[in-house]
Amino acid sequence: MTKITFVKHDDEEIVVDAENGTSVMNAAVDNLVPGIDADCGGECACATCHVYIDEAWFPKVGNTNDAEEAIMSLNPDRQETSRLCCQIPVTDEMEGLKVRLPEFQF
Amino acid sequence: MSVARDQFNTMFGRDPYSIPLDEYDMNQPELFQSDTQDAYFTRLRKEAPVHYCKDSEHGPYWSVTRYKDIMEVESNPEIYSSEPSIALADPEPDFDISMFIAMDEPKHGDQRKTVQDIVAPSSLASLEPVIRERIAGILDTLPVNETFNWVDKVSIELTGQMLATLFDFPFEQRRKLTYWSDVATAIPEPGGLVETREQGRDILLNECLPAFVELWNQRVNEPPKGDLISMLAHGKETRDMNPMEFMGNLVLLIVGGNDTTRNSLSGGVKFLNENPDQYAKLMADPSLIPTMVPEIIRYQTPLTLMRRTATQDTVLGGQNIKKGDKVAIWFLSGNRDEEVIDRPNEFIIDRARPRQHLSFGFGIHRCMGNRLAEMQLRVTWEEILKRFEKVELVGKPERAYSVLVRGFTEMPVQLRPKAK
Repeated sequence: MTKITFVKHDDEEIVVDAENGTSVMNAAVDNLVPGIDADCGGECACATCHVYIDEAWFPKVGNTNDAEEAIMSLNPDRQETSRLCCQIPVTDEMEGLKVRLPEFQF
Repeated sequence: MSVARDQFNTMFGRDPYSIPLDEYDMNQPELFQSDTQDAYFTRLRKEAPVHYCKDSEHGPYWSVTRYKDIMEVESNPEIYSSEPSIALADPEPDFDISMFIAMDEPKHGDQRKTVQDIVAPSSLASLEPVIRERIAGILDTLPVNETFNWVDKVSIELTGQMLATLFDFPFEQRRKLTYWSDVATAIPEPGGLVETREQGRDILLNECLPAFVELWNQRVNEPPKGDLISMLAHGKETRDMNPMEFMGNLVLLIVGGNDTTRNSLSGGVKFLNENPDQYAKLMADPSLIPTMVPEIIRYQTPLTLMRRTATQDTVLGGQNIKKGDKVAIWFLSGNRDEEVIDRPNEFIIDRARPRQHLSFGFGIHRCMGNRLAEMQLRVTWEEILKRFEKVELVGKPERAYSVLVRGFTEMPVQLRPKAK
């Protein structure tokens, strides 16, 4: 299990235990984290699991892939550290990962 | 029905398993008007999930009917282009309107971004009280214990008011928006809303376009504000649109905000009446409305399909698709795919993952107004439940003659007021 912190737009923190091998999105949905709807079920096709990665963590979560880039580029509220969290696998290295939940998804 | 259409009406009323698969052509409004399409799609999903129709009213095309294959198409827009059209029919040279739903990147994204703020969460939050007030206004004037057409008095009225609000269109003329939307999607037929294709084109060019050009000219000289016309008139990517592009994007936004919500508003009444256990569950627990709404949208699937066009030779589900081939992705069939959706043929208002459906499409063209649509439906049902014990279906609903738009024209109901 790996601890991941979701920070709501009002700064409330939700800490969840995520199962390795799943995705950060799964960890959010399984723990009823609000603001992560993940309509498409993790296919990188709906952009409803948008998160802002904590800056210190951003280089460690891997690169944005092409499909993710295409769909995120349509969002005017996209930021430098935006990711679709269905595309971020949970591993031991993610222990302590912190992501912010964008207000536009609430 | 026209003679031209008659020769392609080859499926209606026939046993799905008696028709050879290579004669299958799902582009048949008769099937959808009679709501008999499901059995044919079930067979296609099982036996020919990526199916080639060698000839139809609009020429040859592929039908993609499984959820996962549809997702694959939607996730690869560079292979499956939205140009030149998202309808099976190709654009006519004398009416080649252009809309961002039928554009590829980068233009699609540029134009979409111009208008999508209107459905951003902050806009929706400020729209909600307006919508609630309008819905309340409509519901409070309805007759009780008396038969009326829900489609006209509620579904059309509500979406018409909503469109007029979004466009800041003269409110008293709002039914024009409904009318133009209907014209834009009407299949020409004698006695129909439009009798010929040219008639439909002329209505849009000579009535709809000038009305909006006038609004455009007014808004372009005013400071930018939050309605769609003002957004288009001031947007960097849209302010220099030519008339056919303006026309196209208007049609897109009008149709997009009209048929879909309208028919889901009607569909919900039908589904709840056909499933009294679900209606009882809803009455006992109105907090189920937010999960019921996406289930209504899945079950209704207000737009049955989108067309894509292959930009290169490719393989899908083991079938060789050639560059230039038309590919129909059937959302309605994907939404009944038993491999992905549990008990897909049942209407269940408290599903675990109700938003797992294809009605909004997926990928970069995913419905821009999805959360607005859900909000309108949610608020409508909240207000209905406050007032009425039941919206009772008292006759047989009539369906639209269309392949693309899965909708209703008549829904006779009576309202049962709540005991005070």
